[in-house]
Amino acid sequence: MSALDLTPRPGAAPFPRMVVAQAAMEARLMLRNGEQLLLAVVIPVIVLIGGVKGAEHVDLGLSHRPVDVFTPGVLALAVMSTAFTSLAIATGFERRYGVIKRLGSSPLPRSGLLAGKVGGLLAVEVLQVAVISMVGLLLGWDPANGFVGCLLAVVLGTAAFAALGLFVAGVLRAEATLAAANLIYLLLLAGGAVVLPSSSYGAFGRFTEWLPSGALGGAMRHSCLDGGIAWRDLAVLLVWGAAGTFLTARTFRWE
Amino acid sequence: MRYGEKVAVDGLSLSVGRGTITAVLGPNGAGKTTTLETAEGYRRPHAGSVRVLGLDPIADRHALLPRIGVMLQGGGAWSGVRADEMLRHVARLHAHPLDLGALTERLGLGECGRTPYRRLSGGQQQRLGLAMAIVGRPEIAFVDEPTAGMDPAARRTTWELLGELRDAGVTVVLTTHYMDEAERLADRIHIIDHGRLIASGTPLELTRGGDSATIRLVVTKPFPPDAPGSLRHALGDRVDVTLLDELSIVVTGPADASSLAVVSRWCEDNGVLPESLTLGQRTLEDVFLELTGRQLAS
Repeated sequence: MSALDLTPRPGAAPFPRMVVAQAAMEARLMLRNGEQLLLAVVIPVIVLIGGVKGAEHVDLGLSHRPVDVFTPGVLALAVMSTAFTSLAIATGFERRYGVIKRLGSSPLPRSGLLAGKVGGLLAVEVLQVAVISMVGLLLGWDPANGFVGCLLAVVLGTAAFAALGLFVAGVLRAEATLAAANLIYLLLLAGGAVVLPSSSYGAFGRFTEWLPSGALGGAMRHSCLDGGIAWRDLAVLLVWGAAGTFLTARTFRWE
Repeated sequence: MRYGEKVAVDGLSLSVGRGTITAVLGPNGAGKTTTLETAEGYRRPHAGSVRVLGLDPIADRHALLPRIGVMLQGGGAWSGVRADEMLRHVARLHAHPLDLGALTERLGLGECGRTPYRRLSGGQQQRLGLAMAIVGRPEIAFVDEPTAGMDPAARRTTWELLGELRDAGVTVVLTTHYMDEAERLADRIHIIDHGRLIASGTPLELTRGGDSATIRLVVTKPFPPDAPGSLRHALGDRVDVTLLDELSIVVTGPADASSLAVVSRWCEDNGVLPESLTLGQRTLEDVFLELTGRQLAS
């Protein structure tokens, strides 16, 4: 048996190393979980292929080729599923299982835990964007040069949905969070103007533009279809992010 | 320390020496975990002060946390995380963690390293919790009910490891409701009940009672009414007689071998058939019984 030197030698790891460790752990756990993977990659890809193929038979009154409209929308959907639904469910169960309490007595400060969560989300989103873009390109996607706008939309969309997801996870029990996060995801998928543009919803579209889902989808479509930056949509995301952060900071309990 | 209107820990004053094992002993609901969590900075005391390594557990949290190790009473890991992965993660948060291979081997966690947390047995989860508490090489390890749910072999391993930690200079503070654990491990024991400290001392100080001894009588049929009173009278009124339940009585005080004969005769006179009759030194259980009139273990 190798010697175990138990002499005290305490010390926290450097902050960046702790955050990287936490982010890697969060991303690994998210991708290992079958339901989360379904939500993160499988459903968006099915929606993309189904939408593009379906639009060949049904006229949705789209202004552009279906694949060019659907791909940025599905990218927005993927961001929403990870930053909102996956994060809320994971955090809800972390509270339930005492993970957050356990980490609360480790050297990782709460700012490090949050940074780790964001890092984990971004890692998963990079994977999602790679897979969905690949499928889109195979289906003939021809995006405009709107990289900066897309990047801003993903970052602000992630911030807005993550803040809202943490709010839900912080006030509800784990099972209720699971149900609510999935239900809201489905409602926004169907009626939130994320995959389809607000214009497809008729009069209701004037309302969906102000939803975080509609704003994220709109910003992604604007940048991918026409290039440039959708300032109005980004502002809407910013407001949702600020509101979510305020609510979360007021209500979130770590245990 | 209060939860709403209920006072969980009240007027509790105790201190812990460096490089020692201190046991906080008490029945379930006595306030052991609350006491520990106040020292760990999870709870803010409503009155009074707590200092750990000279630091305030809440105000100086960031300075203190790397220096302490905490074993929670349960949970503390993602359900899908593998045991070795969880331990490695906690190790990565520290600057000079223990050698993981040696630690898992020591705690017998080697064979379940790839097992997801939710499929570990209760004892394995406890051992992983202990490993997570000490992997960062803390100066103080707070361990809450470390051997609850462990089999005897794992209990022994845990006791040995806690002893080695102390020998290496680590201060160990543990809660337990097992008196044998406290008696065997601790340098100092604080017995608490209803959130109050009712006795403190080394195991020897607490159990040494001059010429005091304990006689335990267990019978096959319920005792007749007023058995404690009549037995006390038979023994000469110098002892305490406590009815633990309808089948067992404990006598404490200046008792010796001749007292056994008195008890045995009393049984004969009262038509009581003893199942067992033993004479022994005071245990922590007896101390607790004397102080509270209740049994420690439920």
